[in-house]
Amino acid sequence: MLCQECGKRPASLHFTKIVNGEKTEFHICEACAREKGEMIPGTSGGFSIHSLLSGLLDIGPTGKGQLVGKNTENLQCKECGMTYSQFSKVGRFGCSSCYKYFNDRLDPLFKRVHGNTTHMGKVPVRVGSHIQAKRKIEGLRQELQQKIAEEEFEKAAKLRDEIRELEKDISSE
Amino acid sequence: MPNLRFTEQPLSEWMRHRGYESDIVISSRVRIARNLQHLAFPMLATNQQSEEVLTRLKAVLEDDRLSQYGVLHFLPLDDMDDLDRRILVEKHLISPNLATESRNGAVLISEDESLSIMINEEDHLRIQCLYPGFHVQEAWERATAVDDIFEAHVDYAFDDKRGYLTSCPTNVGTGLRASVMMHLPALVLTQQINRILSAVSQVGLTVRGIYGEGSEAMGNLFQISNQITLGQSESEIIENLHGVVLQIIEHEKTARQKLLMESRLRMTDRVMRSYGILSNAAIIDSKEAAQRLSDVRLGIDLGLIDHLTASQLNELTVLTQSGFLQKIFNEHMDRAERDMYRAKLIREKLGK
Repeated sequence: MLCQECGKRPASLHFTKIVNGEKTEFHICEACAREKGEMIPGTSGGFSIHSLLSGLLDIGPTGKGQLVGKNTENLQCKECGMTYSQFSKVGRFGCSSCYKYFNDRLDPLFKRVHGNTTHMGKVPVRVGSHIQAKRKIEGLRQELQQKIAEEEFEKAAKLRDEIRELEKDISSE
Repeated sequence: MPNLRFTEQPLSEWMRHRGYESDIVISSRVRIARNLQHLAFPMLATNQQSEEVLTRLKAVLEDDRLSQYGVLHFLPLDDMDDLDRRILVEKHLISPNLATESRNGAVLISEDESLSIMINEEDHLRIQCLYPGFHVQEAWERATAVDDIFEAHVDYAFDDKRGYLTSCPTNVGTGLRASVMMHLPALVLTQQINRILSAVSQVGLTVRGIYGEGSEAMGNLFQISNQITLGQSESEIIENLHGVVLQIIEHEKTARQKLLMESRLRMTDRVMRSYGILSNAAIIDSKEAAQRLSDVRLGIDLGLIDHLTASQLNELTVLTQSGFLQKIFNEHMDRAERDMYRAKLIREKLGK
């Protein structure tokens, strides 16, 4: 077997990389392995997460039965000019507006990478107050459903009023 | 380079202290990624845009609240040569990406090197906090406090649904990567490591080499970090990592005790052989050095070697990397010379 890096010398080192259960095998010769060791650590070309990601990005909006046709090619961020196909090659967004322009495609991607599509963490202090309120409303709504299911109508009514109050605050901002 | 200290001393000030569980957890690190609104991410930014990012973020230095972290030194990457950059990578003060790919890149480093703030890396802003031992929670608390100071001055790219927007889809949401560097020789020796590492990947965590993504594990050092950044809160991410690391610590401790009980003689032999080689070898490559140093470190932890300290080992681990050797001896060494000088340096350091 020849070294997959130089393609000239026989491969003498064989290793298997497992990322989230996905196996990738590498076969390289000693000279190339040494050369890799010479580089600034962590920059070993070819094994980057971005090249792995691009495999995930090439999927249609709903996958099955959906043709990845013209739509994908024309999808472009109007802010920085990056197209969706460029994005799926480099595995990185060009600017924050890419998130807006590629939005329809991002749920399946984030689902695969993170298992989730919605941020649940910290919010910036200055722009974040309405987000905090929204999250609170969301929590109260769930609680409300539960109270209704448990036929605790008095408590449910209280929650409903609390939600209305919060919603008023948001819309008046 | 405006401030030589950072590239001359191998051991960061913060690494001189011993943290919680520090015979197994070498260090804890948290970094958060942020971007400014309305400016393209560094990969696509125009020169003018990346200059603007630099100017705006540098201006935050004026905020008095930052002074609680000690003097912050501003170091533009353009003022550094390749060797200095490499050394900062070896000390984990900057990322490989900032060292090799950035335009108008810069780093702010605190006096004790426990806080480093990268500008124009893959994202506009990356705040990184380092602690010795097992202190992920503290590292997060500090990072988020620094984040709040920056947020008071600049508008972050933030979306209600997606959270903090980052260049790479793997960082979106919290932008948080929390990691611990663990020394797990007993789990490797007893061949339990693969089972444990694959279990780790089942719970949203990932294992990398010591320089992050794509780098291999050397000297039984493993970096365990969160994989998921979207859909979990920061405290969930930190707690999850914390819980898993605690378990790995327990496994490693049990394995060490078992080795000591069942094969004390063989362990002593292994540790002392490695010590012998390090003290006497004339040529040693970085991989062998890392492995032998790992044996000696284990020997110290198990009480088989008592005249050396973990701090000395930490120093040697950094010193024996190529960048530092070149800095100390000669910038234009080839590999063979490096292996020779590495051996010389280790002999000197161990020879008291």
